[in-house]
Amino acid sequence: MALFRRSAPLVAASAATRRTAKDLRLGETGTICCLEDPEMALKLLEMGCVPGVQVRLSGRAPLGDPLMLVLGDQEYTLSVRASEAATILLKE
Amino acid sequence: MAAIVSDTATAAPVAAPTGPAAGARPLRIALIGNPNSGKTSLFNQLTGLNQKVGNFPGVTVDRKSGFAQLTPLQRAEIVDLPGTYSLYPKSLDEKVITDLLYDRAAANYPDFVVVTVDANNLRRSLLLFTQLGDLGLPAVLALNMMDVAERHGVKIDLPALERELGVPIIPMNARKGIGVAALKIVMAQRLDAPPVRFWEPDEKLLPLVRQIRYYFDLHNDYLALHYAQQYRHISFLSADDKAHIQELTHKYGFDATAQQAAETIARYARINEILLETVTVTRTETREPVSNRIDKVLTHRVGGYLIFLGILFTLFQAIFAWAQYPMDWIDQGISALSATIQANFHGPLIRLLTEGVLAGLGGVLIFIPQIALLFGFLAVLEETGYMARVTFLMDKLMRPFGLSGKSVVPLISGLACAVPAIMGARTIESWKDRMITIFVTPLMSCSARIPVYTVLVALVVPDQAAWGIFNLRGVALMGLYLLGLFSALGSAWVLKKVLKARERSYFIMEFPVYQWPRWKNVGLTIYQKVQAFVLQAGKVIVAISVLLWVLASYGPGQKQATAEAQVRQQVATQGWNEAELSRQIASARLENSYAGSFGRALEPAIRPLGYDWKIGIALLTSFAAREVFVGTISTIYSVGQDADMGTLQQKLQAEKDANGQPFFTPARAFSLLVFYVFAMQCMSTLAVTYRETKSWKWPLAQLLYMTSLAYVAAFVVYQVLA
Repeated sequence: MALFRRSAPLVAASAATRRTAKDLRLGETGTICCLEDPEMALKLLEMGCVPGVQVRLSGRAPLGDPLMLVLGDQEYTLSVRASEAATILLKE
Repeated sequence: MAAIVSDTATAAPVAAPTGPAAGARPLRIALIGNPNSGKTSLFNQLTGLNQKVGNFPGVTVDRKSGFAQLTPLQRAEIVDLPGTYSLYPKSLDEKVITDLLYDRAAANYPDFVVVTVDANNLRRSLLLFTQLGDLGLPAVLALNMMDVAERHGVKIDLPALERELGVPIIPMNARKGIGVAALKIVMAQRLDAPPVRFWEPDEKLLPLVRQIRYYFDLHNDYLALHYAQQYRHISFLSADDKAHIQELTHKYGFDATAQQAAETIARYARINEILLETVTVTRTETREPVSNRIDKVLTHRVGGYLIFLGILFTLFQAIFAWAQYPMDWIDQGISALSATIQANFHGPLIRLLTEGVLAGLGGVLIFIPQIALLFGFLAVLEETGYMARVTFLMDKLMRPFGLSGKSVVPLISGLACAVPAIMGARTIESWKDRMITIFVTPLMSCSARIPVYTVLVALVVPDQAAWGIFNLRGVALMGLYLLGLFSALGSAWVLKKVLKARERSYFIMEFPVYQWPRWKNVGLTIYQKVQAFVLQAGKVIVAISVLLWVLASYGPGQKQATAEAQVRQQVATQGWNEAELSRQIASARLENSYAGSFGRALEPAIRPLGYDWKIGIALLTSFAAREVFVGTISTIYSVGQDADMGTLQQKLQAEKDANGQPFFTPARAFSLLVFYVFAMQCMSTLAVTYRETKSWKWPLAQLLYMTSLAYVAAFVVYQVLA
């Protein structure tokens, strides 16, 4: 299943090209490609972070962490820690 | 506060009341849905004041249930389940749900479920719904927040959606009560299990699933799959049953995480198909939603914290300034009543009534304004959705101390009462974060400390303005609260170094949309908390007050009589008048009473803190519950005093030491204040910590740690100030 990639999954996806929800700029939108961390993925999936769904970084907490992510066109907002957002891989 | 929540670990099964439909058991209906889907509003709409809070058997999760009159002839018991996103529980709260829904034979198994669904979040809300449907539970879908959805341009083809989901759908707006009547009509009918299946375990899983299904004689495959997923946490399975399932999962190489993820993705795919056919969204608004714009202000890097501080300050202002008026009325009312009774009747029973019962009752009633204000405030913050923003703002700040943003709500609730606050820590998924939060929460100054604080601060801090805007007494109170807060954070930091994590902590949380609080919900919360306090904590306080009065009025053998005789002999040499003589006699009698003996025995230990035997008595009695302190000193100092001597304040000011100087010096009062900031003096907190941690290690550690902290701190304060 393409959902999980444990550590360093594809040779092609080097650290430079690999983008996660954590790397989004404020107001930027990306599309979820897959979730990296199996345990975290279960929680994220239940909350609607499904591959193919759009995610927009709408804000950061004053100290830069956690992040505020707006999901899909349904416009609901999740709060996730930066370390958690880093497990949400985005499509190129 | 002694016991806001009942200590009965296992609630007795709810007795089925005999409804008009004679003989037939009333329907049992469970309310289930995502957090923030309007479940609580719907529950309040259905049951009104006709509800009660108990416990789920074996666990301490609040079990809110009530009765709804569906039709003139039919009543139903409604059980409000904790909010959840799926049937795979992630926190303790959510485990209650699976325990209830897995066992068809259980006494509390619901006849059907009402699933509340947020019409704006259909996709995510339907995940839980499809899981419930696949378990084969008859269900009604309460499609909530229709008004908001319509404003956002969400159009739902209800007949088509009903066909696709196979259950009745009631569009509604639970906050305003729209659709509740229609829902009741549907609820009054016996419903069949839904005919639609949304997802079935695929063939590779079937050998495992079928073996479990036949072994436990379950009615469908999906339920059997849940057994395979969660057998470790299912409370009604025996150790043998669990071992059997474990064996099977090993045999078939069952990967629980991968299966759960695959299932969730497959469900979303199915839900997307359904929504494609039934829902069209035409966004009318191009601007950012209002909630996001409010967030820009309330979570601003500077403004966000300032607003939060402002809100906290208003909270303290409300508790200490506004609550003072009704508290004064209650205080004066009780002393007036007591004086009237004493002026007209005499005898030991009357003294028991006024000095024991009434004094204790006053100590209970005087809490009500503050408890009501505090719980009202917290309920408003929760209802509006602001609490979630607070956890967001505070997460990064709390993490260095080993706490998470989610610890903030228990810590703030700890300002009201540690008992519900510690139970509130259940929403923290990580074991370590949760243990630390539970351990340090009692250091937050709870409302039971308020009377101790107010009485002693008013005694030694002048009622003056400081720096123009603040009242000096307010500043002193704020200082006590900050002392509690910083000691909680410091202790958390130490614990973080000591404890080893069992699993990772995470912080994935939905932001509820901002909304105006429903005053009915706020009112209900206040009503329930005050009622629980008066009935449960109140009983303890009044009982202790009466016991104290007896202990303070009678002594062992002839000791009191001898002491009185000695005082009388001194009359001539001291030249006392009649009033002074009776005061001296009362004092001598109290000193030689049972209570006085206890206090005397304790005195050597507390003398370094500046306390005498009278305070010793108060410390002893407030060991069970700290709010008893005020009741105790008011009993102790009123024994033998004229009832018209006035309020507690005046009694304390009149108290003199051996040299005739006021007894309550700033050094003594502050030493006592600091003692009460730190000391663990609450049986209920210890009991709830035991229940929540399932071990005596934690409450005992709390007791030892906090009490030694209190002793040392009070010692330092007294020695420095004296």
